[in-house]
Amino acid sequence: MKKIVFTLIMLITSMNLFAQASEIEMADALRSNGKIYIVVISIVIILLGLLTYLFAIEKRLKMLEKKSGDKN
Amino acid sequence: MKKNWWKILGALLVLYSTIAGLLMGVPRLPILHESIRNLYFHVPMWFAMIVLFSNSIYFGVKSLLSRSQYDDLKAVESVNVGVVFGVLGLLTGMVWAKFAWGEFWSFDPKQNFSAISLLLYFAYLILRNAIDEEQKRAKISAIYNIFAFPMMIVLIFVLPRLKDSLHPGNGGNPGFNMYDLDSRMRMVFYPACLGWILIGYWIYTIRFRISSLTYKQQ
Repeated sequence: MKKIVFTLIMLITSMNLFAQASEIEMADALRSNGKIYIVVISIVIILLGLLTYLFAIEKRLKMLEKKSGDKN
Repeated sequence: MKKNWWKILGALLVLYSTIAGLLMGVPRLPILHESIRNLYFHVPMWFAMIVLFSNSIYFGVKSLLSRSQYDDLKAVESVNVGVVFGVLGLLTGMVWAKFAWGEFWSFDPKQNFSAISLLLYFAYLILRNAIDEEQKRAKISAIYNIFAFPMMIVLIFVLPRLKDSLHPGNGGNPGFNMYDLDSRMRMVFYPACLGWILIGYWIYTIRFRISSLTYKQQ
């Protein structure tokens, strides 16, 4: 009898643990109302800007390299 | 365009990892919550730094053998870019630590040793600036580089593992496998690392080309 009660108690406490796993706080509300996309879009704009800037810098550098290649 | 495919690949991978890293599902873990997504941004900084420093020691040794000033310039410029990625890694790590461990700087072995290894490379840059003669500068800084690189590896990858550390992968803490078990995160994490390594290498090539242009014009 003692064993069965003990098993039952263990089961109940472990079920409680399982329930807790889904209670961990995440930004579910932020995602569900869609506002997170605004942040993602602005980060993507910044990244795109920086990356195209890198390409532009390289283009100018290529021009300079060509010029100095002609001189030498 | 054909030669530049890896730059476009790097740009696309970074963009993909940012979008997917913010929107895709992640495991629900206590303490970390959504901050687990930092894995896609904080860790690739360090990988990019390690790749650039490896590139630096490769060209450092090569400059000792070839006596070429251009190899020396390659070694310096990769350290210049690698240091930037290291500082970014340290700062993102500090912000993450504030919310996961409670302090920006909790004098954790991993934090201390990675800061020291960055200082080693700052010393490299200062040492170079202190020497005027070209050949001497190339030789001394290459030899310093040979000492600095293994020390950086030991400081970042070996010593923190021997002590108790809050950082994952050290002192009995579970490593990446804690997150990597989740295949959703793997799909973002690996592309993020490759993308940032490519971007770091790209910036390094631009810096090297600028400095070799100025060297030519002297």
